[in-house]
Amino acid sequence: METLDNTSRRSFMKLAATAGGGLFLGFNWTNSSALPVVVSTKQVAAGSVNFNSYLSIGTDNFITIISPNPEIGQGIKTAFPMVVAEELDADWKLVKTVQGNLDPGAFERQVTGGSGAVPHSWDRLRKAGATARYLLVEAAANRWKVPASECTTSDGKVYHKASGKSLSYGELAEEASKLTAPKEVKLKDEKDYKLIGHSVRNVDNHNIATGKPLFGLDFYREGMLFSIIQRPKAFGMKLKSVDSAAAKAMPGIVDVVTFDNSVAVVGKSTWQVKKAREALKIEYEKEADLESTSDHNRIFQDLLDNGKATVRRKNGDVEAAFKNAAKIVKAEYQCPFLPHSPLEPMNFFAHVREDGVELIGPTQTPDRARGEVAKLTGFPQEKVTVEITRQGGGFGRRLAADYVMEAAKVSKLVKAPVKVIWTREDDMTGGTYRPAVRYRFEAALDKDGQMIGYKLRGVGMNAGNTTREDNFPSGSVDNLLIDSVDHKSPITTGPWRAPITNFLAYAEQSFLDEVAEAAGKDPIQFRLELLEKAKKAPAGDVKYDVDRMIAVIKLAAEKSNWGKKKGVSQGFSVYFSHRSYVAQVGEVIVEKGKPALKNVIVAVDCGIVINKSGSLQQVRGGVVDGLGHAMYGNLTFKNGVPDQSNFNGFRLIRMNEIPEVDVHFVNNGISPTGLGEPALPPTGGAVANAFYKATKQRLRNQPFMEDAAFKSIS
Amino acid sequence: MALFKLTVNNRALQAEVEGDTPLLWVLRDNLGLVGTKYGCGIAQCGACTVHLDGKAVRSCVLPVSAIGKGKVTTIEGLSEKGDHPVQKAWDEVDVAQCGYCQAGQIMTAAALLKEKPKPTDEEILSTMSGNICRCGTYHRIREAVKTAASKTK
Repeated sequence: METLDNTSRRSFMKLAATAGGGLFLGFNWTNSSALPVVVSTKQVAAGSVNFNSYLSIGTDNFITIISPNPEIGQGIKTAFPMVVAEELDADWKLVKTVQGNLDPGAFERQVTGGSGAVPHSWDRLRKAGATARYLLVEAAANRWKVPASECTTSDGKVYHKASGKSLSYGELAEEASKLTAPKEVKLKDEKDYKLIGHSVRNVDNHNIATGKPLFGLDFYREGMLFSIIQRPKAFGMKLKSVDSAAAKAMPGIVDVVTFDNSVAVVGKSTWQVKKAREALKIEYEKEADLESTSDHNRIFQDLLDNGKATVRRKNGDVEAAFKNAAKIVKAEYQCPFLPHSPLEPMNFFAHVREDGVELIGPTQTPDRARGEVAKLTGFPQEKVTVEITRQGGGFGRRLAADYVMEAAKVSKLVKAPVKVIWTREDDMTGGTYRPAVRYRFEAALDKDGQMIGYKLRGVGMNAGNTTREDNFPSGSVDNLLIDSVDHKSPITTGPWRAPITNFLAYAEQSFLDEVAEAAGKDPIQFRLELLEKAKKAPAGDVKYDVDRMIAVIKLAAEKSNWGKKKGVSQGFSVYFSHRSYVAQVGEVIVEKGKPALKNVIVAVDCGIVINKSGSLQQVRGGVVDGLGHAMYGNLTFKNGVPDQSNFNGFRLIRMNEIPEVDVHFVNNGISPTGLGEPALPPTGGAVANAFYKATKQRLRNQPFMEDAAFKSIS
Repeated sequence: MALFKLTVNNRALQAEVEGDTPLLWVLRDNLGLVGTKYGCGIAQCGACTVHLDGKAVRSCVLPVSAIGKGKVTTIEGLSEKGDHPVQKAWDEVDVAQCGYCQAGQIMTAAALLKEKPKPTDEEILSTMSGNICRCGTYHRIREAVKTAASKTK
């Protein structure tokens, strides 16, 4: 494991010791000033100062940076240290990155979710690097007896040009550690960046390409037992009786234990417990409705027409606008349930001991895992440790701690260290899905094609509010009503990459394409006119940045040569989510009578790009993810049981199905605003609109592959 | 239970398991070679790809009893120092996001290049489309295979 064991403080000391001592810098993240302080070894050891992250410079010149946020493929373990190293003027070749363990006393917001880690930490990381650089320069200036202002830094060294002297950071670390950190420190100008905005390769590339044990599923400890759990096969069923005699008699099986509605087979290897599970004889009984997809379709229709809706936003007089309209456009859009399908299925290691609990594995929310396990076992939180492994994707699934709790429950029952493993079938049929949704849109146009009224009703499944009522086009339409209805389903649901917007953006951007057509306007021009209105005569609050949205629209139009390509059908989409703005143009070419998606042009405003290579792939991956799920993703149910259980029935996109993805970043110097999610939401709309342009068929249902309009053409 | 003698990464290893145990789980649970990944268990995703006598196979559906004297190569044994042209290309192109599927992708690509050092674009597509990358790094996987091919003599 490349992670630290037990508390980060103790482990950090070990790390620092191997680096031969030197400069420790704690930077306090608990207040907005993010003031870094130099700390003594003693203070670090005692934990007497409240720091939020650590940077150390060893006398061997190696720089160690702890990256506290879980790495699930978003590139944080590379991006965070890049920011520190930039301001430090470090030699990147000498920077080591270490995944931090859960330590709420030391780190703040140790979560991977909401595309929020970089926006949260940007200033803190920069100040940490700049403060350390300041102290190293002071130390050099003191030794040389020259003014600090005459010293410069580059690649891990301080230089005094006039005398031709230089010292490495390692040589200065001890002295620098005795100085007092300044309250304010000057940060670099963007034009001087050597790392930020450039391409830096993933720090774990070598470990990944050589098969090192990085992931939760790879974790093994002598004496550890393996467990596979049988959960109710249908949502709405509960456990009635278990006959585990045959399973217990099978080779390698140590025990079979029951908790809640689950039956856990515990044994000496994965294959043995998997086989023994098949020998369990379990009876279930009904405790809630056993829903089928056909029920959902009926419920959606009923709630759209008759549901008691919660009003999310209201501007002007919508009824009057529709009464006075020259033209009314109305359409409904629907999206299905989706599993997250991270390629590494759910798993976690737990050891519930007499004196506390040890947890190790993949989680996007280590703090939640700890809190829930502490409550379960009755230990105070500080007696529960969480070691965060690298994670084979997350997509929101690992925000839930259900599988961590299972590991703790089994370990407690069998009084041994246990790793709980979900098979792919468990992962796909075990719940916490992206919920299905249906939207009804209505737009009122006046005789000049102006949108004078807009109505949206969303019906979701355990989703609460299925709208983003303050997003565009809100603020640009004088008379507007957005409301939502929620159905409580026994099928478990949870956040899925870009929650809500992953389906709302597609539905809304496709509908706006319909409205633009009804208004006789170019889809881009139509949106720009609305945005002008939001700027000059806003209807109510405008909670997105109109100028940033206009800029990505214009960049996408320019880069796609919008409307000027012969034989290419283009579809447009733009969306604001998680603080960032993304516009996309899908390009469809009809070959032998069949439409083929050839290209997606993407314009992104996520503020300053930290790692060019990582960001480019993050956007491409987001588009591929958005396209694949819009095209193929479909989890259906019959009497509470998912119809699909593995990748033979649930189709994920493959290499021979991807279009080219051409990515352009707006460079506006704004502090980073997040990139893990924002590229995904606009894709479905861009593709559906391009498909319409090519075929005159609207794709109003996902997955597109199952939509009657798609089938009629393809 | 029976004792199976295997040649893995040019080492003679043995494991006492049931004969129907897939090679994947013998590698992971018995031999501690966890670089080979579990993704689906039904030969759909390719995360478990290893070489058997130089050919890419899905270790999740290959019973250990079927291996006999066959020589198994896993990601850990693809090269001594992690410098196989495919491994180097994966770093150069900066392919990985989460990285979980990449060992399988690399093993599939390495077997392809062994058989066809200069594959056509179609051959790369048809071979690599057997492996799923949930993060969507397909553009870079494609590029990295081409990079590796260009450096293979």
